[in-house]
Amino acid sequence: MPDMTKTAPEAEAIEDALAPPAVKAEKARSLWGDAWADLRRNPYFVVSSVLILVLLVIAAFPGWFTSASPTTGDLVHHYLGKPELSKVGSAEWLGYDVQGRSVYARLIHGTRASIIVGISVTLLVTVIGGLIGMIAGYFGGWIDALLSGFITNVFFGIPFLLGSMVVLQSFTSRSVWVVSLALAFLGWTQIARVMRGAVLTIKQADYVHAAKALGASTSRILFRHILPNAMAPVIVVATISLGVFISAEATLSYLGLGLSSPAISWGVDISGGIAQIRTAQHIMLYPSIMLSITVLAFIMLGEAVRNALDPKMR
Amino acid sequence: MGRYVIRRLLQMIPVFFGATLLIFLMVNVMGDPIAGLCGDKACDPATAAQLKKEFGLDKPVWQQYLTYMGNVFTGDFGTAFNGQKVTELMSAAFPVTIRLTIVAILFEIVIGISLGVVTGLRRGRPVDTVVLMLTLIVIAIPVFVTGLLLQLLLGVEWGVIRPTVSPEAPFNELLIPGLVLASVSLAYVTRLTRTSIAENSRADYVRTAVAKGLPRRRVITKHLLRNSLIPVVTFIGTDVGALMGGAIVTERIFNIHGVGYQLYQGILRQSTQTVVGFVTVLVLVFLVANLIVDLLYAVLDPRIRYA
Repeated sequence: MPDMTKTAPEAEAIEDALAPPAVKAEKARSLWGDAWADLRRNPYFVVSSVLILVLLVIAAFPGWFTSASPTTGDLVHHYLGKPELSKVGSAEWLGYDVQGRSVYARLIHGTRASIIVGISVTLLVTVIGGLIGMIAGYFGGWIDALLSGFITNVFFGIPFLLGSMVVLQSFTSRSVWVVSLALAFLGWTQIARVMRGAVLTIKQADYVHAAKALGASTSRILFRHILPNAMAPVIVVATISLGVFISAEATLSYLGLGLSSPAISWGVDISGGIAQIRTAQHIMLYPSIMLSITVLAFIMLGEAVRNALDPKMR
Repeated sequence: MGRYVIRRLLQMIPVFFGATLLIFLMVNVMGDPIAGLCGDKACDPATAAQLKKEFGLDKPVWQQYLTYMGNVFTGDFGTAFNGQKVTELMSAAFPVTIRLTIVAILFEIVIGISLGVVTGLRRGRPVDTVVLMLTLIVIAIPVFVTGLLLQLLLGVEWGVIRPTVSPEAPFNELLIPGLVLASVSLAYVTRLTRTSIAENSRADYVRTAVAKGLPRRRVITKHLLRNSLIPVVTFIGTDVGALMGGAIVTERIFNIHGVGYQLYQGILRQSTQTVVGFVTVLVLVFLVANLIVDLLYAVLDPRIRYA
């Protein structure tokens, strides 16, 4: 923070030299250190983080897992042909879809879209919701009434899925970025509420009063003292939301308002396979399983982190 | 109490107008309100100009919003793309969705709370672990996948239920759709009840009740449950609005002609009046449900008194 050091260098030097930082650092270490020790022993955490790592690798390097093309179909491979479950990892492993494209190849190549939507929506809502919640909680008064009492409640009042559909309807071609923006548009309210709640408690803490008394600037108090201590509940909600947003993208695709066709995603494949649900269930079943496992991994991770950070659960 | 209700009602007013203005702007600014009137083709410029003038769309947006809201308060929600009154669509759609929501809420209360109590009282036992894992799986599987699979298995393969719901949508045909709609919330209610019960079961008043020699059943129902249900009631109350708005997926799967169906048609056909009208009512339902939940607090917890 270079500009702030210029504004009040002495006050900050005193502040750094005096009690709070040392005590704070130790306290912070113990909370996160404790949580980490707890997490390593939690099977839910281990399983979900391994799953997520594998998914990230698949999303980054789909070519490592299949050589079949997800976009070129050959009608020689009829979709009614049963999947050859013994040929693990080959193009015909999970069968073919109506266009004769390998379901397995599309499964692997569709990972990236879901992961990108999940991560980018989560980053967007954490930044937007986090800022709004932090400002509302810290300043209180009419700013809180406006940001939390009015704006957050207004965006929260509109049903999430419906609002996203209305936004997406106006786009004829929908890329992952368009879908992410549409989901973030109404999706930030929960983080804002959680952040506001955390800030309301933390701003009463002694180290915040001390920093104020020493003349620290508002932005320094917010970003050095309040933000790091308010992050725990936000991280938990953000992790769980990541799974929920991935699921929302697939739901929008099912409703015909998610990613549009040249894009490869599980949601697109599931909605495409519904027409064949009576004759060739494998077309929609495998993307559904993959999607559910991914969502489950993020929700499990969030739950594990919550239990580790919440001393009441011990 | 009366004062509190009035204060809450006053707080609701700006949120109501804000939310309706937001959806009005989203539909009118991002979409093209007359696009739906010419079928799948685009309107020719002369017709478009004529239509815009007819509907007052050549005026500034804030003026359009005020006119619309003025009409809404006299009970005129405008007409849908096919010339039907939006109020007519509403009177056909809302009873169906309300029935569906009632079924869903009943599932949440009966199954969710019972499972929550059972697991909360047996924390760490096999029942608890299995139910917790199941709730996570239910939350993780998207509702449309659950719905389609249940429809395929129960409706098509085994013939236990009708795969699609008839236009009258009586309660007995809405059982499985209601369960599908409730599924994710059901899992949340279970988890919430479990946590709440587990926290409160170590409270002093429970120990006192047990020490007094009250039968276990009475301790659980009269002392433990009444205190533990407060967060659950909040969740279920706020969920009413979410369920009615989220019914769009369930209604599409089982071909139920309710609010979700009308909204889906409205959004796809760019029928501005339908979308804004239905969402306005949903926002109202959401706000009123929240108010009722807050008032229920005082009933459930005598320690809370509103001045």
